[in-house]
Amino acid sequence: MLDIINRLLGRENAGSRDIARERLRLVLIHDRASVSPNFLNTLKEELIRVIREYMEIDEESLVVDLENEENSIALVANIPIRGFKRAANE
Amino acid sequence: MGKKTEESSVIVVTSGKGGVGKTTTVANVASALARKGYKIAVMDLDIGLKKLDLILGLENRVIYDIIQVIEGECTLKQALVKDKRFPELYMLPAAQTRNKDDIKPEQVQEICRQLRPEFDFIFIDCPAGIEQGFRNAIAAADKAIVVTNPEVSAVRDADRIIGMLESAQFQDIQLVINRLQASMVKSGDMLSIDDLLEHLCITLLGIVPEDKKVLISTNKGEPIVLNERSEAGLAFNNIANRLLGQQVDFPSFEEDSLWGKIRNLGRNLFSKE
Repeated sequence: MLDIINRLLGRENAGSRDIARERLRLVLIHDRASVSPNFLNTLKEELIRVIREYMEIDEESLVVDLENEENSIALVANIPIRGFKRAANE
Repeated sequence: MGKKTEESSVIVVTSGKGGVGKTTTVANVASALARKGYKIAVMDLDIGLKKLDLILGLENRVIYDIIQVIEGECTLKQALVKDKRFPELYMLPAAQTRNKDDIKPEQVQEICRQLRPEFDFIFIDCPAGIEQGFRNAIAAADKAIVVTNPEVSAVRDADRIIGMLESAQFQDIQLVINRLQASMVKSGDMLSIDDLLEHLCITLLGIVPEDKKVLISTNKGEPIVLNERSEAGLAFNNIANRLLGQQVDFPSFEEDSLWGKIRNLGRNLFSKE
């Protein structure tokens, strides 16, 4: 509520805490897992390469990121599927 | 685009004490100069405790780091992160998982040797402390900026650092006083600029007032110099202009005698040389 009032009043700090919280969350996940954006990119490319053999996927909207759940870190991949490939050998 | 000037300056920003605003100074002075069209590289030497990427809001763009450059895993060019807001600003990230002993002063010198032909200014963000990290950071620098706060422990550490820089043969050491609260100085509850200059005896490069807008822009990962209404942003812009050799008056935060003393100090220093 306070944030909304701040925003209506056009205060400059509206939302900067939220931005800070989100940036902090991401940076800590990456630090704790010792994972660089480069690592995630490579992983994403590899995933695309493997999954493409089995199904048609929307490579543009594919998201791979680390998420913090309770006390564990999860690798979360959101991979929109366009269609399945017919199995070649059956 | 190419660089603007023939020469290039390598400037180390240091303090001894942590948390006085070294990284904020590097990020903002570098951004201010890049905005004026100078080609700038900033180098984070706080290996293991990197901050510059976050202060500049470039943390998601980091791919390689300085250790990978040194160990030959990537080229220097590949590791430089380009700042989209300032086309002339590049950052060489520190590594987060290693420590200060993983690099040597000669390796920093080699990186700077490669950067010099490409950049007008190269800023080195020095880690707190006086150990290996400090030695690495000053090894390649032509000039030093010492950042301090109007606070006894910060000034003591600044004094120690100035002594170490002098024994490392630095000729050009300038002072930035960060987080000054004019109202507290006025009411007699904060060390004044004169108090600091009297003890530290180096030329004053800038006075940055305490400004809540700094935290807000740090939250967002945006340099404060982009905020035209911020007093701190203005102060960092003034520092950039002074580094370019321009005469910029110091705002009169204090009593009238201040100006005279700064001028005298400057004269005394120059007459020694």
